[in-house]
Amino acid sequence: MEATKTALALDLKGLLCPIPVVKLAQAIKTVQVGDVIEATATDPGVLADIPAWCRSTGNELVSIGKEERIIRFAVRRVK
Amino acid sequence: MAAVATQVDVASRDGPATKNKLTMIVFSGELDKLFAAFNIATGAAASGMDVTMFFTFWGLQAIKKTTRTGRSLMGRMLGAFLHDVEGVGPSKMNFGGAGRWMFKRMMQSRNVTPLSELRALAADLGVRMLACQMSMDVMEIDREGLIDMVQGVAGVATMLEEAAQSKATLFI
Repeated sequence: MEATKTALALDLKGLLCPIPVVKLAQAIKTVQVGDVIEATATDPGVLADIPAWCRSTGNELVSIGKEERIIRFAVRRVK
Repeated sequence: MAAVATQVDVASRDGPATKNKLTMIVFSGELDKLFAAFNIATGAAASGMDVTMFFTFWGLQAIKKTTRTGRSLMGRMLGAFLHDVEGVGPSKMNFGGAGRWMFKRMMQSRNVTPLSELRALAADLGVRMLACQMSMDVMEIDREGLIDMVQGVAGVATMLEEAAQSKATLFI
């Protein structure tokens, strides 16, 4: 198992639904399978929507969490 | 003959396999409902779904150019009251346009993507936009009166075929 490689950092702060998932969907196409995208966001809806997006698209949610007002998540491209 | 009919029946019931697809019938022409429609369409396309939006009746305002429409007297009168995507107001509390102004201001201050940008984003993500021929005929809107993002003009049979293959169908 190779170490997690972060291929891309996305700043989604200040963006509201549906833009965070749209930006993530566009970004995931630009990285290789196995690569991880790390993102920051402020819309609390992201806490439900990013896991749902990963389930519907078959990508892997590596982590998601909230500190203060900033939500951080990491998604690995699976296919 | 009965056996054949049963076979056909079974075939059509199991028929075209359900695809990861969303069909939307956009009947409403109001700011709030069009927001919902384009929000769902872009979200679905971003989640890997194949999305088709059918614009019918008041929904044609979402894909209309700013030009006036209509040929007959009544058609031109109707055309004078039809809006484009920038001109549509909310379904409640529009107060002769004040509501539209207020909602746009509030959405802008919250950094919500404007309706016209959401529509362009939907097209970029591959959302297929089709216009209802019958509504266009009734309202005297021709193809040239619709934006270029519209990929085609169709009728109920096309919509039903798409809907039958879809995981979800929404009427907004």
